[in-house]
Amino acid sequence: MAKQLAAVLGTGQTHHRAKRTDVSMPGLLREAVDRALADAQVDWPEIDAVVLGKAPDMFEGVMMPELFLADALGANGKPLLRVHTAGSVGGSTALVAASLIQAGVHRKVLTVAFEKQSESNAMWALSILPPFQMPVGAGAGGYFAPHVRSYLRRSGAPEHVGAIVAAKDRRNGALNPFAHLRQPDITVESVRASQMLWDPIRYDETCPSSDGACAMVLGDESSGDAVEGGAAWIHATAMRTEPTTFAGRDQVNPQAGRDAAAALWKEAGITDPLSQVDTAEIYVPFSWFEPMWLENLGFMAEGEGWKLTEAGETALGGRLPVNPSGGVLSSNPIGASGMLRFSEAAKQVMGRAGDYQVDGARTALGHAYGGGSQYFSMWVVGSAKPGS
Amino acid sequence: MTAAETETPLSAPLDVGFDYTRSVGPVLGRFVNALRERRVLGVRGDDGRVHVPPVEYDPATARALTEFTDVADEGTVESWSWVAEPLDGQPLRRPFAWALIRLDGADTSLLHAVDAGSPAGIRTGMRVRARWADEPVGHIRDIVCFVSTESPPGDPAPAPAPPPVADRAEGDPVSTVITPIHLNFLHSASPEESRYLRGLAEGKLLGQRCPACGKVYVPPRGACPTDGVPTTDEVELPDTGTVTTFCIVNVPFLGQRLKPPYVAAYILLDGADIAFLHLVLGCEASEVRMGLRVRASWKPREQFSTTLENIAHFEPTGEPDAPYESFAHHL
Repeated sequence: MAKQLAAVLGTGQTHHRAKRTDVSMPGLLREAVDRALADAQVDWPEIDAVVLGKAPDMFEGVMMPELFLADALGANGKPLLRVHTAGSVGGSTALVAASLIQAGVHRKVLTVAFEKQSESNAMWALSILPPFQMPVGAGAGGYFAPHVRSYLRRSGAPEHVGAIVAAKDRRNGALNPFAHLRQPDITVESVRASQMLWDPIRYDETCPSSDGACAMVLGDESSGDAVEGGAAWIHATAMRTEPTTFAGRDQVNPQAGRDAAAALWKEAGITDPLSQVDTAEIYVPFSWFEPMWLENLGFMAEGEGWKLTEAGETALGGRLPVNPSGGVLSSNPIGASGMLRFSEAAKQVMGRAGDYQVDGARTALGHAYGGGSQYFSMWVVGSAKPGS
Repeated sequence: MTAAETETPLSAPLDVGFDYTRSVGPVLGRFVNALRERRVLGVRGDDGRVHVPPVEYDPATARALTEFTDVADEGTVESWSWVAEPLDGQPLRRPFAWALIRLDGADTSLLHAVDAGSPAGIRTGMRVRARWADEPVGHIRDIVCFVSTESPPGDPAPAPAPPPVADRAEGDPVSTVITPIHLNFLHSASPEESRYLRGLAEGKLLGQRCPACGKVYVPPRGACPTDGVPTTDEVELPDTGTVTTFCIVNVPFLGQRLKPPYVAAYILLDGADIAFLHLVLGCEASEVRMGLRVRASWKPREQFSTTLENIAHFEPTGEPDAPYESFAHHL
């Protein structure tokens, strides 16, 4: 049986900051949820189910937060699911919510993802050392930096390309009223002058640590038809996973990401992603992941991703604007970061992206990855219904 | 039966703890600041019920709630459970009851401790009142516990030290509470990893080869992650290898055990098919490169235990670099 059509009816997000000590954890979620309900013009009684995502519980020290958040999420008497796939969770949470509509189980589903990083210390939480091990771990940056070095060696990319990504995303973030970091005056030179944290990753090439949440209301075909100005129609979804380590694993260009992208483009009927996709929100927590994922996603051939970035084609006004919202480099509430990519893609095709709207965006990619590049989730959304 | 199956797996404690900070927001904020004044606040829901502690959003309508009301610090035990052996961090250090207490004026019950001496000293329907801390700080533990209104204990239970308090400007209300959380695990290594760790204690590096794909894993996994078959074929590996890739850690962070800067490198031992992370010393960090040939620098044998830390670090052998093609498929 074919999938039912599903669409994004509305989106909402918090003002992301290093510390949102003005709100509780439920209050943080509701700031995003209330905006999404208002954007979708949907009220609580219409919501059939709630799907919540966040990254590891160690980040806030609350086991099973979905239980204590049920009141704030209006989940009393409704199905409430919690999803966890590390940093990709915001994306996979949206896909689980979408599947409930595509399966014909529900008509309208609220999906929410969040992180309140200020309640703890993610670097600490990601570096907990079990007994018998060598204490060389150094958080996410320490994990990914060697693989970035491998990409540089393999592709021969010039050293300044990472700084181009960082300066572009931060300048884009300055156009986004919700972004955590808003740095309109940042330059490639100032990024290159910033401190080397995990050589070869510099301070300004690193995502911030943010408190924030993101929410979306997804609906079925008739709900999508009713959206003023047009819904964002879900054209394709894909998730793939692979083990963190195995002999011969490609850590730069993981097979799971390539497989997910191939399945995604096939379902969306896209044969030439670079020409057929108008804008992409890609999970780029460290600058070099833009060229790496451009290759993994099939926008560019292996070893060529950096050329698109260096040519300025991933900036606003370029051939494929990447992260016009400012991306993870401008706001990183970890659990929400993936859903922000998915919702920003939807905002683009709904024409609701404000100052960072890509002119005429009709087809957009939302992408997330997590763990040691072992979870991938992605969707293609469009302003027109699939097949029309 | 292999040796790995007959030896007891190694175990060691893993203690994880953090003082989490909770920003209480506008509703629980009102509640904890009222506790500082020895008042208990509830919030009225859309159906008229008074929730204590107050909830931010109505459980039925999900609407934000804002109508606060004072309730009594006396109430009725609705249910209870006896704690014969209190744990660290619990409200009282001697046996007590966890009870659901409906305070007068409230429609929901509050979970708190009752200092009742023995299970005979508590019953459902019993009237109890709050025993307040000498110096309330704006925390649920400003109520030390509840006691019977008719026959309070003659010797009040000694209360644990007051909870840690977040820094705030003089005169500001409490906006953050600190919640220390400690998890104490016993971490057990797998039989295969235990055998590898016992090898390390003898200065040996033991891996296992997959019978299907022939790849050598160190540490051994017990099952090949690609083929899913047991890897019973043991291989002793030399302590020389190649740096495949690396980063230089310049950033200090909470819980870090090495002083930055240090080089964290993937070392591919000669004969192994998977690299592991270790330290490279013995040259300037800027001289470490992909393909660098290295050898283990072991600690003095009398310091050996069952850990990879027996290798203090890896250092250059002085050999020519390994050609890129020899390790490119390990990146």
